[in-house]
Amino acid sequence: MMNLESIPIQAFLIVSSALFCIGIWGLLNSRNAVRVLMSIELMLNAVNINLMTFSSYVDNNLIQGQVFTIFVITVAAAEAAVGLAILLSLYRNRVTVDMESFNLLKW
Amino acid sequence: MSIAITTQIICFSVLSLVILIGALGVVLLESIVYSAFLLGGVFMSVAGLYLLLNASFVAAAQVLVYVGAVNVLIIFAIMLVNKKEDLKPISDIKSRRIISTSICLTLLSLLIRVDLTNAWSLSSPQNSIGEESTIRIGEHLFSDYLLPFEVASVLLLMAMIGAIVLARRDVMSKDISTGLPVDQELIEKSSEPLLTNKN
Repeated sequence: MMNLESIPIQAFLIVSSALFCIGIWGLLNSRNAVRVLMSIELMLNAVNINLMTFSSYVDNNLIQGQVFTIFVITVAAAEAAVGLAILLSLYRNRVTVDMESFNLLKW
Repeated sequence: MSIAITTQIICFSVLSLVILIGALGVVLLESIVYSAFLLGGVFMSVAGLYLLLNASFVAAAQVLVYVGAVNVLIIFAIMLVNKKEDLKPISDIKSRRIISTSICLTLLSLLIRVDLTNAWSLSSPQNSIGEESTIRIGEHLFSDYLLPFEVASVLLLMAMIGAIVLARRDVMSKDISTGLPVDQELIEKSSEPLLTNKN
């Protein structure tokens, strides 16, 4: 076995890439609007893992990536609240959460 | 970090497996309730990865905000809109699946190629601040990141007001479109929705 000092940075980056792609797949393929919001949260978490990895491996003295992660978490919380409020108001008007039936703005 | 490298590798493997399998479960499982609880597990494992990266403050924030607020919000939304409905079948679902899956796999292979081939210029671990990161984050937030910090507070206030305005029920005594009195009871009765397709 290799003699490592720490976990290689590539391992973290690959996990984050895979999580991001799973999020995109869920975003494109979900019929349920709640699941679309969950996929967006998955993608935001993948970005956060990326930022934290670089902050720890490349910028381990100033850790600006961790500050960015804090801001991303803040924006994600606001996004989840507003997204679910929009979802509730859509559900009240259309009585469905099927993404295919939300076509009010379709040309 | 003071943990032995073997322990770190074992923790990292377990956490990554939980993250990836949980994320696949979130997007693939039939029941949306299982998805929501698996999402909580994914968030907890991501917080574990942050601990491996020497970031205890961000790990705590992740647990508090994601597991404690976002996940609970999603579960509440599922409880409010959880109605069994038969989705209309889409005619070209198969080609859509193929296209989206190939796009995702292509993106994944590109990202992994960049991850593996790029020569990252890593900084030396000697000047790492390690467990002092909470102090450094506080210094950042109140010096060079002060403006984004204040703007974030305004953003949270706007999101709170916006969510309340969007999600509340009408408190008018008469319905605008029909002229009938609006029922003010706590539990919503079934009514004819205004915007459903008439076909």
